[in-house]
Amino acid sequence: MTFTAPDIPPADVFNRCVRCGLCLPTCPTYVETLVETSGPRGRIALIKAVAEARLDLTSPGFVHQMSECLDCRACEAVCPSGVEYGRLLEPARTQVQRAVAARQPWHVRMLRWFLLDRVFSSMALLRFVAGLLRVSQRLGLPSLARATGLLRVLGLEDAEKLSPRISDRFFVPRDQRWVAEGKRKATAFMHAGCVMHVAFANVDEATVRVLQKAGCDVIAPSAQGCCGAINIHAGEMERGRELAKRNIAAFERSGADVYIINAAGCGSTLKEYGNLFAEEPEWAERAAAFSARVRDVTEWLDEIGISAELGVLERTVTYQDPCHLVHAQRIAGAPRRLLARIPGLRIREMPESSLCCGSAGIYNLTQPAMAERLQKRKVANIMRVTPEIVVTANPGCAMQMAAGLRDAGADIAIKHVVEMLDEAYAAYNPSIRPEPASAASSV
Amino acid sequence: MRTDVSPNVLDELREITGAAHVLTADEDLLTYGFDGTWYERRPLAVVLPATTAQVSAIHKLATRERLAITPRALGSGLSGGAVPLAGSLILSIVRMNAILEIDETNHVAVVQPGVINADLQTAVEARKLFYPPDPSSYKQSAIGGNVAENAGGARCLKYGVTSNYVQALEVVLPDGAVFRTGGKMVKNVTGYDLRALFTGSEGTLGTITEITLRLIPKPRFSRTAMATFAQIDDAARTVTAVMAAGLIPTSIELLDNLTMQCLEEFSPAGLPLDADAILLFAVDGDHEPVLDAESAEIERIARANGAGEIRVAHSQSESDRLWAARRVIAPALARKRPHRLGEDISIPRSAIPDMIARVRVIAAKNNVMIPVFGHAGDGNLHPNILCDRRDAEEMARVREAAREIFEAAVDLGGTLSGEHGIGLLKKQFMEMDVGPDALRVMRAIKSAIDPLGIMNPGKIFPDPGGVDAFTLPGVSS
Repeated sequence: MTFTAPDIPPADVFNRCVRCGLCLPTCPTYVETLVETSGPRGRIALIKAVAEARLDLTSPGFVHQMSECLDCRACEAVCPSGVEYGRLLEPARTQVQRAVAARQPWHVRMLRWFLLDRVFSSMALLRFVAGLLRVSQRLGLPSLARATGLLRVLGLEDAEKLSPRISDRFFVPRDQRWVAEGKRKATAFMHAGCVMHVAFANVDEATVRVLQKAGCDVIAPSAQGCCGAINIHAGEMERGRELAKRNIAAFERSGADVYIINAAGCGSTLKEYGNLFAEEPEWAERAAAFSARVRDVTEWLDEIGISAELGVLERTVTYQDPCHLVHAQRIAGAPRRLLARIPGLRIREMPESSLCCGSAGIYNLTQPAMAERLQKRKVANIMRVTPEIVVTANPGCAMQMAAGLRDAGADIAIKHVVEMLDEAYAAYNPSIRPEPASAASSV
Repeated sequence: MRTDVSPNVLDELREITGAAHVLTADEDLLTYGFDGTWYERRPLAVVLPATTAQVSAIHKLATRERLAITPRALGSGLSGGAVPLAGSLILSIVRMNAILEIDETNHVAVVQPGVINADLQTAVEARKLFYPPDPSSYKQSAIGGNVAENAGGARCLKYGVTSNYVQALEVVLPDGAVFRTGGKMVKNVTGYDLRALFTGSEGTLGTITEITLRLIPKPRFSRTAMATFAQIDDAARTVTAVMAAGLIPTSIELLDNLTMQCLEEFSPAGLPLDADAILLFAVDGDHEPVLDAESAEIERIARANGAGEIRVAHSQSESDRLWAARRVIAPALARKRPHRLGEDISIPRSAIPDMIARVRVIAAKNNVMIPVFGHAGDGNLHPNILCDRRDAEEMARVREAAREIFEAAVDLGGTLSGEHGIGLLKKQFMEMDVGPDALRVMRAIKSAIDPLGIMNPGKIFPDPGGVDAFTLPGVSS
């Protein structure tokens, strides 16, 4: 069984691989296993073999490798031949999912349908589920369920451990508009996110405040939805396309200058909407125009410049590169430059800061063993520089590292870059460090 | 030689390494079937030992069972050396990847074969020491592979190749016996130089399990410059004039016009496409005034020999930019045509102008594109024959062009391979280069050490009628 249309991994992409192997030392699953098959060069060879009908699409090793790959894109960032690995893996996963869906046990199919087709397609439903989870968390039900073995029976033990603490209030896009401080530089469309707006609502709020400080009007149109990354990475291309169309249309109607995202995983998907519409040229064009206006919040702030009214934060931090920021979007300098602006902040680089922490969307659920190995490796690397705070720019990484640090008994906080900036702005005291009169006006 | 492996033998392999480290699934046999070339053959199984004792046990089992072994490190080689021919086990040494010791008094590093070249460089440079051999694959090739192929690199002009740094080896012989040769001492003339024999033996004599490498103090400063030439002859004459003046730059790299065209189409870098060729120079040392004087002298010689524009890098990032193009030549060429036959002939540097002229004639005569680039300073050139291997008629012309290039190299006092090794790609041209007597000596050594012929069969030695780069199709041809 080979690939069948639509969503066939493009031959001109996999044939570009010259098998030099430069990707191997950058691949998290390769450096953990040291097995060629678990590396990008091996996986590309497998995809090529399936495309050429030398290997069956449903062969166990192929199905496993398409799942074991984190889609972190570290290989893509170093590839001298420019093999766009994500453009191979995501359709290959879709092919596998289509071929094996019927063979999955009923409860897996139900769970996938509920999560991917329902929850991540409707932010209202997501908020409803998150609301239930919040009640259960506040009442201590998870520990009760764990104590009684209920979670184990349901096979949800790992899922429970990793589910984030739900925010006390959600950041719900309701067509709000926040006005820029000082001279307005641009109008920013704020993508509230799925996980972000229910579990990290404080990050969304900080994003709005920091953007205002930087001179942006911020709008949060209610027509937006999930970016589709969860679906696309899970091999549900069709649903991903529907979600993409919704966001493209919402942005086109909004009149905003830039589409701001504060989650790296979503950002790379939003920037690659063009890849989804090989069979719909009109949408491909609209998607490309849309993607050209998408900016990660750190990228945007670095581009337009931020207010200098930053207070002193005497803290030691380390920065963790989210894969979908550093590899997929090639953004490594912007977040570090922003952090370096904060007076008093001590920034220590950890080893392997751009090696995946094992979060990778729903990878925790699909490949728990490898996820845990990478989590432990990341925690060890963090501990080597003994920070008070790990700063990152993606909710998945934040949850994964928080769980890992908690298990290791380490008292280290996780924060988003914009939260650090927001705290520094809050700590600003003009009487301590008087700014020249020409500086941006304060509140 | 057996061409299958029984379940019992697989079980014995699993006992040696642990079951997780013996791979037999279809998918694994597929991904271990190739290296940095385009040839593919499936191994019988893949085994990944973690210790010298395990390697020895695998060799003993293979000897008993008459199973062939193809040792492999990271599989980035460019001669097909790690392609498992004739039903062979792949013995991957990548799990043996520890830097065992960096001895700052004796200036040596003791490493396992799976250590990546770049990781070793980083580790020794942190102690102000230096491991010079730098194959283009230094980020993704392991020391074990570098030693097995006697890898070179751009810095070899000044510092020499891998074999100049191998001070001791631990080798598992085909029958499983483990022996060590050399040590931390600098001088050693006791008996035959077995380090030299095993370095560059391409996995045909045994499996290398530990390496002691000579280190030198890290030079403190470096300089980079690029010179453009309207005639490639002038570039070639500049190389010989610089060396004749008694200067030894770290590197002198040459890129011809066709190479630059491919690079610019691949990723525009502002290379001077109106030039027939460019030279990249690097010099290094501990005294900046000396480097400045050397740079000025090179510039003067280049101008005297017809150089046009000369760009000097004034910072590390400018220097990196100049070298960046050099590093992406391989993928740039791969974009121009589907495949390429990358040669690495080595000639006396005085013959460079002649060799380049001959390559141009050969390209025209056989109607193939042959960009030339390489380590001009030490005479190690990379004429790359661009091709589409699915086109049999074209491949016949490519084979003819390759043969003529080898003949020209040998005729000019050079040799087939300067740094990639013979492997599969060049073995049918061996006798033409080394002659019947040297080949007889090599065969005698091979059969004395590996009488059963189990180590990496089908490599180095010509086998008339046997497979080579042209008769062994890639699987998807």
